[in-house]
Amino acid sequence: MRSITSNPLVRLDAVSHHYRGPLVLDDVSFAIAPGDFVGIVGPSGSGKSTMLRLLLGAMPPCRGAVRREAGVKVGYVPQVETINWNFPVTVEETVLMSRVNRRMRPWATNDERAAVAHTLDRLGIGHLAHRHIRQLSGGQQQRVFIARALLSEPDLLLLDEPTSGVDVRTRHDVLHLLGDLNDRGLAVVLTTHDLNGIAAHLPYLVCLNTVITGQGAPAMVLTSNVLEATYGAPMEVLTHAGMPFVVDGAHTFRRRVRGA
Amino acid sequence: MHVLVEPLDFAFVRHALVVCTFAGALCGLLGVYVTLRSMSYIGHGLSHAIFGGAAVCAAVGVNYFVGAGLWGLGSGLAVGRISRKRSIGADAAVGVITTASFAFGIALLGFYSRVRQSIEATVFGSVLGVSTEDVWIIITVTAISGVVIAANYRKLLFTTFDPDVAEVSGVNVARMDALLMLLLSFAILASMKVLGVTLIAAALVIPPTVARMLTNRFSRMLWISATIGAVAGFVGMYLSYHLDISSGATIVLVNFAAFAVTYVVTGGHARTHSIVAATADFEIPMRPNASR
Repeated sequence: MRSITSNPLVRLDAVSHHYRGPLVLDDVSFAIAPGDFVGIVGPSGSGKSTMLRLLLGAMPPCRGAVRREAGVKVGYVPQVETINWNFPVTVEETVLMSRVNRRMRPWATNDERAAVAHTLDRLGIGHLAHRHIRQLSGGQQQRVFIARALLSEPDLLLLDEPTSGVDVRTRHDVLHLLGDLNDRGLAVVLTTHDLNGIAAHLPYLVCLNTVITGQGAPAMVLTSNVLEATYGAPMEVLTHAGMPFVVDGAHTFRRRVRGA
Repeated sequence: MHVLVEPLDFAFVRHALVVCTFAGALCGLLGVYVTLRSMSYIGHGLSHAIFGGAAVCAAVGVNYFVGAGLWGLGSGLAVGRISRKRSIGADAAVGVITTASFAFGIALLGFYSRVRQSIEATVFGSVLGVSTEDVWIIITVTAISGVVIAANYRKLLFTTFDPDVAEVSGVNVARMDALLMLLLSFAILASMKVLGVTLIAAALVIPPTVARMLTNRFSRMLWISATIGAVAGFVGMYLSYHLDISSGATIVLVNFAAFAVTYVVTGGHARTHSIVAATADFEIPMRPNASR
């Protein structure tokens, strides 16, 4: 486990969790410091989303403790694939949802509208405030939900599969945006399946498969041994322009079948 | 003009006009949440469940609103509880609870002749015997629903749109669901007399469906749906009087006419200024080396 000099924003201490079945997380300890940019990778069912929900404080762990620094605000961006894009809401209405506990009246105040406009401008989608959410490109849609999370001015932003099911351009767009927000001091934690398109570009990775199988910079973690321990299948790792490039087991399997 | 004025000579018609208009608006308002939560079947089922409660109240002589209201709330909560069981599912839970309750009401019809008399009006809707008390009840339920929805506007919107994120953002989603179920139960109770058990689901579903075809904005959808429901209630009541058919049927047919016209005009889609979104004019330069 890495050493953190400043006080962590959120810390998981020997956390185990299950959903009335086998353990999804087993004795996981991890801390998020201010300014971190961390990717959590692992196969489906490895506990990535559970870890994210525990960091978020959405549920208590079955064992261990989740400790959050007093006053730390956490923003959450769900998978866009879970969104009902036919729902009749505009960009502005969507972002305003995060001010849910502020007022008992339905209409937005001028201050709230100004805060929404400022956040949307910051993300480059200020001109789309009155558009329906379906009328946006994939990258713009992702920005709307990031804007909703940012409106509460969080110290930590958690994103569940932010690039799942999006095209290459959108993936670049989202990655650059998150990098920029992190440069401005926001701690970012995301889960991803995309080892080459996302994980390899992040500063720090946590490989998870119920237990933490490895953590560190991509060059240290994206190795055949760690990936096989994480995914339970052989994977080759090549290096291109100083960055690791993961080749999945299908390639190896095909070679074996051909007797190469 | 005579066609409009002549029915107003009768007190029960004046009462029924108010009740139908408010019932239409109320069902249109709550129907927005019902349809957007894909709960149309629950609205339909709840009215059938309340039929069982109404039959019990008529049989034992308990106040209709208290008894059937509690029965409806209990049915709604039972549906919610059973539907959380993954092996059963929401649609099956609605089917089991509400049809059992409806069947219970039917069974009571066989035993008590005095139940049969009041229940038949409940099934198909009738404007005969709409009293001043009914007028005040529907006005009160509509006013309370409006205030509750206004006060919880963002919470209800958030839980309808994205319940998981609403929960982690501090919204008590279970409380919002129960609140909506409570409002829905009382709306069905207050509207049942004029709309009828079998047709009330249409008053909950058609106005918001029409409104959805007219707007992409949630706030607008609320008032458009309520307005369509109110107009359909008002016009449907006049048609019911002049054509001498049940008020529930005419109100639903007016709603359906609004749906058909809107569908033909809009093609089933809300009008938009531009389908193709402008590409983002915002680029952040790639960081040379993200590692640290």
